Amino acid sequence: MSDQGAIDFSAFPDASGHFGPYGGRFVSETLINALDELQAMYARLKDDPEFIAAFDYDLAHYVGRPSPLYLAERLTEAAGGARIWLKREDLNHTGAHKVNNTVGQALLAKHSGKSRVIAETGAGQHGVATATVAARLGLKCAVYMGAEDVKRQSPNVYRMKLLGAEVIPVQSGSKTLKDAMNEAMRDWVTNVDDTFYIIGTVAGPHPYPQLVRDFNSVIGREARRQSLEEFGQLPDALVACVGGGSNAIGLFHPFLNDAGVKMYGVEAGGEGLATGHHAAPLNDGVPGILHGNRTYLMEDEDGQIIETHSVSAGLDYPGVGPEHAWLKDIGRVEYVTADDEEALDAFRRLTRTEGILPALESSHAVAYALKLAATMKRSQNIVVNLSGRGDKDIFTVAAIDGIEV
Amino acid sequence: MSEKQKNRIDRRFARLRADGRKALVTYIVAGDGGLESTVPLMHQLVASGSDLIELGVPFSDPMAEGPVIQKGHERALEHKASLRKCLELVKEFRQRDADTPVILMGYANPIEKMGAEQFADAAADAGVDGALTVDLPAEEAGPLNKLLGERDLRNIFLLTPTTSDERIESIARLASGFVYYVSLKGVTGAGHLDPESVRTNLARIRRFTELPLCVGFGIKDGASARLVSEHGDGAVVGSVLVSAIGEAADAAAAKDSVAALVGEIRTALDR
Repeated sequence: MSDQGAIDFSAFPDASGHFGPYGGRFVSETLINALDELQAMYARLKDDPEFIAAFDYDLAHYVGRPSPLYLAERLTEAAGGARIWLKREDLNHTGAHKVNNTVGQALLAKHSGKSRVIAETGAGQHGVATATVAARLGLKCAVYMGAEDVKRQSPNVYRMKLLGAEVIPVQSGSKTLKDAMNEAMRDWVTNVDDTFYIIGTVAGPHPYPQLVRDFNSVIGREARRQSLEEFGQLPDALVACVGGGSNAIGLFHPFLNDAGVKMYGVEAGGEGLATGHHAAPLNDGVPGILHGNRTYLMEDEDGQIIETHSVSAGLDYPGVGPEHAWLKDIGRVEYVTADDEEALDAFRRLTRTEGILPALESSHAVAYALKLAATMKRSQNIVVNLSGRGDKDIFTVAAIDGIEV
Repeated sequence: MSEKQKNRIDRRFARLRADGRKALVTYIVAGDGGLESTVPLMHQLVASGSDLIELGVPFSDPMAEGPVIQKGHERALEHKASLRKCLELVKEFRQRDADTPVILMGYANPIEKMGAEQFADAAADAGVDGALTVDLPAEEAGPLNKLLGERDLRNIFLLTPTTSDERIESIARLASGFVYYVSLKGVTGAGHLDPESVRTNLARIRRFTELPLCVGFGIKDGASARLVSEHGDGAVVGSVLVSAIGEAADAAAAKDSVAALVGEIRTALDR
């Protein structure tokens, strides 16, 4: 681990949006002005007491925060080691951490005076969270979703439509999340005068990785306070799944300056790292440029982005937030994987031991926490981000079990 | 010949200026229609009146392109086109054409993968004259700009209706060859031209740079090309050509339709 003691993590990104060599702003000139405006507006509002009060109010009264920190006793027993605490983001309105960010960005959209919001979505969680806040504020909403994902995630497609959003299936490229993000960027370029782009993860051009992180950092701030209340000290380890990485950075960020807290980001191992069929750019990718930022990517020898695989649509993304790329390089966070089978196993174990149905995304974090806990002392504490609930995934799991629901 | 005019782009614009003619810049995607058809298409573009060629480097995620050019990238990737292959194609083109400037237009990641220095070396070696990297705005372009400049290659930048005066000034300091003015908010191949907006914005840009100004996005035929070139130094035509290549039954038909389209625009520009 390099001399991380010297780093003040709250000082990043730097003024130009970089985390070390990562991040930045790799977009066509047409978007620069809109990004400058967004950055200036966010810089003005982020420390504004009225804006903060409005955000806190919505988190408390609309999202239902704070989310509990729950001691999973029977899961802990099953693992046979450190105590496992679950940060219950699954209990938020709309069922995942995604709404923390969409509530925040919706407030920014309102301040910008723009009448339309757009979003990209993979599993549909961010799309639903965006359609939800758009309905609440009376904003027009369009959600781009890869045509493949539209087929895989039909319940969420219908939820978005019920909420009044237009769901636009994306037919280009691999027809998944990365292509939905391309298409949302194209929409934004074209309709930049009246449209606010609500990006769903800590990727994209500066200032998105920063503001999505800041809005999700409520997870870590609460977990820090709750840890001190519940067990009188900071956790020994934090565990969260990483696709783009918004729930993970939301949990990790308020602890980054606490050198004693170990952190584990769990990428989707898919069919196994060795098979190449996975979505683990931090474990098996290289730095490159996609979707407006420099970060680790899954790509071929010509620099073309390759298709990823995960049982969980929300982790099925060939890139990762630039702050994670940097945290990996400097050794502050350890990035590991859980494969499809391990995630499904954890999904079933948590359901049976605690009566909590986790999202398949979050199941990756649970899977790694089970392994990690077994190597730790019973007096130690692990906080796992249970980033979403698994109701949306029962069709996927049923299909794997050969059951028609 | 002055040191500055060794580069084919500079030379070409100097000659056009001397002749009182407007530049016709044509764009195709390398490998679209098959790798073996690209060099013959490039020669056809020149024969039909193209002054500069922008060769699109296929990328899996061409974020700034409209549906027509996206499909061109997808077709080219099916033919296994790549940055490396593009450089080979330019080398082959140079065997029969020593004068027409060729600009590689693409995205940052294939260059990042090859390595910026290796790319600049290989581009100079292949007979490339400049690069236009869509997702490398001024803030991030410094290192590549320097590497290209050291090899007498030009770095083409985009300016848009939303680019502020301050930015135009700082981009003009980095830009070389010519400036590509994106005539509308949107992706390639979209929308309709607003001649008044083109006029006022080109006049605004002219205050900050002496470089030739070429206008692209939304130029579909001779009439629209002529309209924008009245205020600038040239027109860039892409989507209509890529569309014709996509619809052509075979390589010969692609050549014929490209020849007809470019010929019509050339005639309108020279009228």
